[in-house]
Amino acid sequence: MELRFTEADELFRAEVASWLEANLCGEFEKIRYRGGPGDEHHFVEERKAWEQRLAEGGWTCIGWPEAWGGRGASIEQQVIFNEEYARAGGPGRVGHIGETLTGPTLLAFGTDAQKSRYLPGIRAGQELWCQGYSEPGAGSDLSAVRTRAEFDEASQRWRINGQKVWTSLAHESQFVFVLARTNPNEKAHKGLGFFLVPMDQPGITIRPIPQLTGTSEFNEVFFDDAYCDASDIVGEPGDGWKVAMGLLGFERGVSTLGQQMLFQTELDEIVRIAKENGAAQDPALRQRIAEAHIGLRTLRYNSLRMLSDNADDGSLSRESMIYKLAWSSWHRNLGKLAMDVLGPDAEFLEAAPYELSKLQSLFLFTRADTIYGGTNQIQRNIIAERALGMPREPRGEAR
Amino acid sequence: MNFRFSDEQRMIFDTASAFLAEVSDSAATRTAMASADGFDLGLWQRLCNEMFWQGLLIPEDEGGLELGYVEMVGVLEKAGERLLTAPLYSTVLATTLLLRMPPSPARSALLERILAGELVAVAHTSGDRDWRIGGITAHETPDGVVLSGYSRFVSFGHSAQVLLCLAHDSQQQLNLYAVERDAAGLCCERLPTMDQTRAMAQATLNDVSVAPSACLGTGVQQIAADVLNVARILTAADQVGGAQAALDISIDYVKERQQFGRTIASYQAIKHKAADMMTKVEGARSLLYYAACIADEWRTGYADSATVAEAASMVSASAGEAYFFNAGTGIQLHGGVGITEEYDIQLYFKRARATESYLGTPADHREHIASLLLDGE
Repeated sequence: MELRFTEADELFRAEVASWLEANLCGEFEKIRYRGGPGDEHHFVEERKAWEQRLAEGGWTCIGWPEAWGGRGASIEQQVIFNEEYARAGGPGRVGHIGETLTGPTLLAFGTDAQKSRYLPGIRAGQELWCQGYSEPGAGSDLSAVRTRAEFDEASQRWRINGQKVWTSLAHESQFVFVLARTNPNEKAHKGLGFFLVPMDQPGITIRPIPQLTGTSEFNEVFFDDAYCDASDIVGEPGDGWKVAMGLLGFERGVSTLGQQMLFQTELDEIVRIAKENGAAQDPALRQRIAEAHIGLRTLRYNSLRMLSDNADDGSLSRESMIYKLAWSSWHRNLGKLAMDVLGPDAEFLEAAPYELSKLQSLFLFTRADTIYGGTNQIQRNIIAERALGMPREPRGEAR
Repeated sequence: MNFRFSDEQRMIFDTASAFLAEVSDSAATRTAMASADGFDLGLWQRLCNEMFWQGLLIPEDEGGLELGYVEMVGVLEKAGERLLTAPLYSTVLATTLLLRMPPSPARSALLERILAGELVAVAHTSGDRDWRIGGITAHETPDGVVLSGYSRFVSFGHSAQVLLCLAHDSQQQLNLYAVERDAAGLCCERLPTMDQTRAMAQATLNDVSVAPSACLGTGVQQIAADVLNVARILTAADQVGGAQAALDISIDYVKERQQFGRTIASYQAIKHKAADMMTKVEGARSLLYYAACIADEWRTGYADSATVAEAASMVSASAGEAYFFNAGTGIQLHGGVGITEEYDIQLYFKRARATESYLGTPADHREHIASLLLDGE
């Protein structure tokens, strides 16, 4: 049990902080604290340029092996980087799907040719990725994907037909990874493949989804005879589920402490307003503000336990299983707390027609937190079945 | 940064688990709590001789193991899991208080008696709603100091050989006095309590004379406040252990129980309750381990009073609620048998209620946190 980082880690922290101070300024000043969840549609061009600035400084993909341009950074160093990045107000990373999902997937399951083709573009901040998992009929039950991938003998390429949904940054990305059915006669998690598909082609149509916030972070992506090369399947046809599940396991929680720094700035803002507008005198709100503070600290120590326990073996610890449920519920409650602290003024927009304040956006967008990436109900099933060993509920017939 | 136990610490906790599984099962708890003093002296002596937990915090040069609060909290967590019905917490509280007093022959003698397995209890409050320190006054008379007043929530005070009394003198200064159980004018009786696993006494002092050497420290207001915050962290350890056990025994039950042709553990209505219980207890446990580290930093001089107070409030609010939630939900998951005497979940439920309000309710602790965040400037 050691709450403090080592001296070497603190030196690393200082290096990160001073680089960010020297670079996250000037043309990038205006994107500080921007582009996070609920704000991803803002300053996209500037954030693409920022991604490349990070890459030049060697601050993309720091957890990757040095052979592929990373720093081979330890878990502690990755945590520190994320903390300092958040503390400096680093903008939402347009490259995060490539760095945290595509990259580790290729490092674990990809061929050398795939690694050589795709990793450098991610590392350089030049090629952005989006995720093609969910479908209208495959949300919580991801294995129900119906998007089809057939091998076209004539062109010697994979031909993909179907629809994906909830794809963020689709219109900004050069590539999408797609979970698709390679064998229509097999059901559920069998007969799936994992494909690397270029976005810029006639067979792909992107349609933004207008959300309750009036903005559109998420998109639908339609595949009508879209193609990728024969070599752009990760693993063999039929391995898709294994690859997709492996990918979910790569989220080792290194970004959680950085995420919490953003949460802290939101809570600080609510505290500031409460002191200003008198809400701080309301005993019920005092209780809730304290609860939010305690909850955020709980998330922090949950994360530290999770990171310490996950360090040696690949299996997820019990703390990892509760993490999504814990943070999403906390964050959603924070959104409501923000409204209650604002009181009657919470109702008024920044401007017509529908310009939300940061806290209004927080309130509305946090309703998504308890849904995406596995709803709270699915999270509770995972906790009950995997951590507590309770039996699975009998399932319906796979379609 | 490393937030996990060392191999040595894990060994201590595994040993604790195994020992408690043997000596503190349901039958042992029920026998102990129904006895006049609320514990089994034979078990306490075994615990002292074989586990030496009474010496865990005591420095090596005083004959103890000189381990820290991380180890102590881990042991108390295991004790909470097993509803340990023995004066362990009261001993740790007394030790924590004594170790903050200036070294003296009297202090060394008391530590030696604790090591030998004698019981020393702490009288610190009359048990009003805000758990203020006080209730006993120290009058200086020509013949020496005389103590008067009363104190409640004296954990295992009725069985203690020595009572450590926090008393205000005529200048409103808080001092600590050691009073032998046979001192004239002292009466210390067990009070009947809803939770029978943690015996509590009321100490009444009617002009109890104490020798000058019995004064262990003067002007100890801040020390006592710190020690009670550590006491909150120690109590939270019991709560986290209890919350875990309430979850575990409820899971065992719902896996066995069949209705509508299948085990009720397969219903989402049950699973989601269980998942919430686990989320609560794991969150409280995370705060507990943080707070234990802070208690150790306080012990070694690296954490100040305010840091200890904040940690204590956070973990008390969290662990108190987690325990009550898990025990209450546990009864619901047990269905009808949950309210019978036969099943242990009711014992956890009562200990959860008792510990939740002991040294402040979760709402009190949140108000403390709120005052840190919102008041001032």
